[in-house]
Amino acid sequence: MGTTFTVENRDQLVEAVAWAAAEQQPLEVIGGASKRGLGRPVQAAHTLDLSRLTGITLYEPEELVLSARAGTKLSEIEAALAEKNQMLAFEPADLSPLLGSAPDSASIGGALACNLSGPRRIKAGAARDHFLGVESASGRGELFKSGGRVVKNVTGYDLCKLICGSYGTLAVMSDVTVKVLPRPQKTYTVLILGLDDATAVQAMSRALGSPHEVSGAAHLPAPLAAGSDVSYTAKAGGAVTALRVEGPGPSVEYRCAALRRELADLGETEELHSQNSLAFWKELRDVRPLQAPAERAVWRISVAPNAGPEVVAAITEDSAYYDWGGGLVWLAMSAEGDAGAGRVREVLASVGGHATLIRAPLKVRAAEAVFQPQDPAMAALSARVKDGFDPHRVLNPGRMYAGL
Amino acid sequence: MKMPAPDQAVIEAKFDIVAALRAIVPGEGVIVDEDELRAYETDGLTAYKQLPLIVVLPETTEQVSRVLKCCQERGVKVVPRGAGTSLSGGALPLADGIILGLGKFNRVLEIDYDNRCAVVQPGVTNLGITHAVEAEGFYYAPDPSSQIACTIGGNVAENSGGVHCLKYGLTTNNLLGLEMVLMDGTVLRIGGKHLDSEGYDLLGLLTGSEGLLGVVTEVTVRILKKPETARALLLGFETAEQAGDSVAAIIAAGIIPGGMEMMDKPAIHAAEDFVHAGYPLEVEALLIVELDGPQAEVDHLIAEVSRIAEAHGAVTSRVSESEEERLSFWAGRKAAFPAVGRISPDYYCMDGTIPRAQLPLVLRRMREMSEKYGLRVANVFHAGDGNLHPLILYDANKPGELEAAEDFGADILKLCVEVGGVLTGEHGVGVEKRDLMGTMFSEADLKQQQRVKCAFDPEALLNPGKMFPQLHRCAELGRMHISGGKLPFPDLPRF
Repeated sequence: MGTTFTVENRDQLVEAVAWAAAEQQPLEVIGGASKRGLGRPVQAAHTLDLSRLTGITLYEPEELVLSARAGTKLSEIEAALAEKNQMLAFEPADLSPLLGSAPDSASIGGALACNLSGPRRIKAGAARDHFLGVESASGRGELFKSGGRVVKNVTGYDLCKLICGSYGTLAVMSDVTVKVLPRPQKTYTVLILGLDDATAVQAMSRALGSPHEVSGAAHLPAPLAAGSDVSYTAKAGGAVTALRVEGPGPSVEYRCAALRRELADLGETEELHSQNSLAFWKELRDVRPLQAPAERAVWRISVAPNAGPEVVAAITEDSAYYDWGGGLVWLAMSAEGDAGAGRVREVLASVGGHATLIRAPLKVRAAEAVFQPQDPAMAALSARVKDGFDPHRVLNPGRMYAGL
Repeated sequence: MKMPAPDQAVIEAKFDIVAALRAIVPGEGVIVDEDELRAYETDGLTAYKQLPLIVVLPETTEQVSRVLKCCQERGVKVVPRGAGTSLSGGALPLADGIILGLGKFNRVLEIDYDNRCAVVQPGVTNLGITHAVEAEGFYYAPDPSSQIACTIGGNVAENSGGVHCLKYGLTTNNLLGLEMVLMDGTVLRIGGKHLDSEGYDLLGLLTGSEGLLGVVTEVTVRILKKPETARALLLGFETAEQAGDSVAAIIAAGIIPGGMEMMDKPAIHAAEDFVHAGYPLEVEALLIVELDGPQAEVDHLIAEVSRIAEAHGAVTSRVSESEEERLSFWAGRKAAFPAVGRISPDYYCMDGTIPRAQLPLVLRRMREMSEKYGLRVANVFHAGDGNLHPLILYDANKPGELEAAEDFGADILKLCVEVGGVLTGEHGVGVEKRDLMGTMFSEADLKQQQRVKCAFDPEALLNPGKMFPQLHRCAELGRMHISGGKLPFPDLPRF
């Protein structure tokens, strides 16, 4: 019977990992467990629970920096930032509705461990780009730090980058420091109606290649647009291509007008303001268009933006939508058999990019590669990196790749 | 500066090594002549000089791979080099090592406007990328001061910044993909034209790894559309505190300027004497704030920043009314280093970062140190992100002054760490700050970094003597010291 170690401070965290390393007892590491169903099933008898390792330890709005213990809820951090009109600019998703986990459970540590970023990725960067410093315990049970609390820092290797997106397989974070940014005064969205996928991606390329600082570029084909809770989108009666414009009021009005003028040749345009605009991008961030039906498998595919439509066309006739100007494809398929893994991998082999099976039944995630398979040289290097942090494979073994 | 003891066996085998390298890189790509080697004896940190054993200038990834494999088999150390503009001695040669120069990798391979990226070889200069795409109105955002000379490969190695990185990020935030070669000759491709990496973020790790993990042979960067317009403000203050408070207030108002630079009085005077930019000479601190973006936004924010600066005691305020005037505001700042070079025989440029609020304290302590060491200091400062560049003025011909300048510099960097900052913001550790790493990192921190090095280069042949104050053998680093399987916190309830 496995044990759950619920740690409340850094010393306990280090102690727990040191024990696991000494006894060679693998641990499944969880924060709020909102994304526990993402990734391959972890082969561990014991659980290391960080949900009580909480609290914002430093927040200096004028310095654009915030530090917190890894288990601190994202909602707590976002509320503190909102009070000072700031935000986590990488737009971490709330995947609990998609994955069926408890609402409001995501932690800052989990958001960083998965490096999942929202629509603003194309302009503001990914979670990894906002991750300034970390203290964590390696799988050797040793506490180490990397980075700091300032943005400009090239002192030593940037281990924050390595830990971000490693799904807890290299080290267990105890304290993290992130860069925060001012919340935009206004968020408007220009909608172009009725475009097919390929034309939509061309439109988004034009917008992103303009000087209008578009901070979100997404395309919802007609069936998915119809399911939106934003009435303008649902009632558009066809596909919706959306361009987000953020900033001070006069700037936003000017840029929206410019975009509508420059893209007028493509079709009818519309504008979303205030709550409608915010709600629309939150839906996309949280993958709401693919939440139901819950039994469908969901893929997240990152490709060169103009390759998006051909990838979708080659994989499936089923539901898919585009973010990141076409470079991020969210796609739902039947979870039967391999949940489309063979098809997805085959298509990407010629196009490049990577695909992650975000939602699928346990048995599919155990049998199929959830993350993009690596060539032998890259797999060997990744294994050596893992050895450098966790030689006995006690941290989330198998979560990303079998044997890692 | 103590470098790893040269391997006499390698030096004695020079003839054989040259023959083996010539079999890989034919013709003039292998340099052994002492006069020609002289061009490679130092980089931007000219206080340190060392002739390399051999210089190799390959032209293809395959040659790089074979050269590295050959060196690994023979236990020969390798120092990669771009344009040699490093300010931290990152490309300082080793007496028993080869310099692997990437200068012949100078082609722009592909420009993809649809996907807003460019694929270039590592020897292309930073500004060369912008030149390749500017006809279509695009540019490459990171802009280190040496951008006319420094290469993108070197930028990747050092994670270079520039005056615009407050808004547009450092090199690491503007990369999409790399091709790189490991010390054993393995060629790897990381990323591509898509965002974010599959598996571990090796792209992020490689950026800023100072040539210790692999040799970059191809780089894919993001390119951006040039902002519609840019305007700058030139703001003078009677105290550095007021200037610092203005910076904090601008950011607190939700404004992230394209660039925000501060200069202190000695730097203002040196720059004004040199380029006659029209800087006010009676002020203690000068801020240059540049807003870029859509015309409507820039005009709006210029007014906001003016108001904030006035409220914080700005005694002079000018707004650029033309592109020519904007560039004149920058002329003095961009010429600050050579300007300081005119008022002193030598200067030593430091590169710490501090939390911005600590600026008044750091400037005061620096003045005290200046008196203690008897050396003048001029300050230029990337005010938006807290990156300080104190320039210590000295005369290398006066006995003891170089040493005093180095001690003064080390004290400044220790102070940066003490107030919550870091040793280097954008110039890298190299040899220069190597022995100060212990002020910022514990032994456990440094050992964990070296375990990462072991995953890439277990024989420690790639750029040794840089970054780490002490080289541990990988076998030793891999050993586990088990203290016994004590059950964790037995007094806590379990679930």
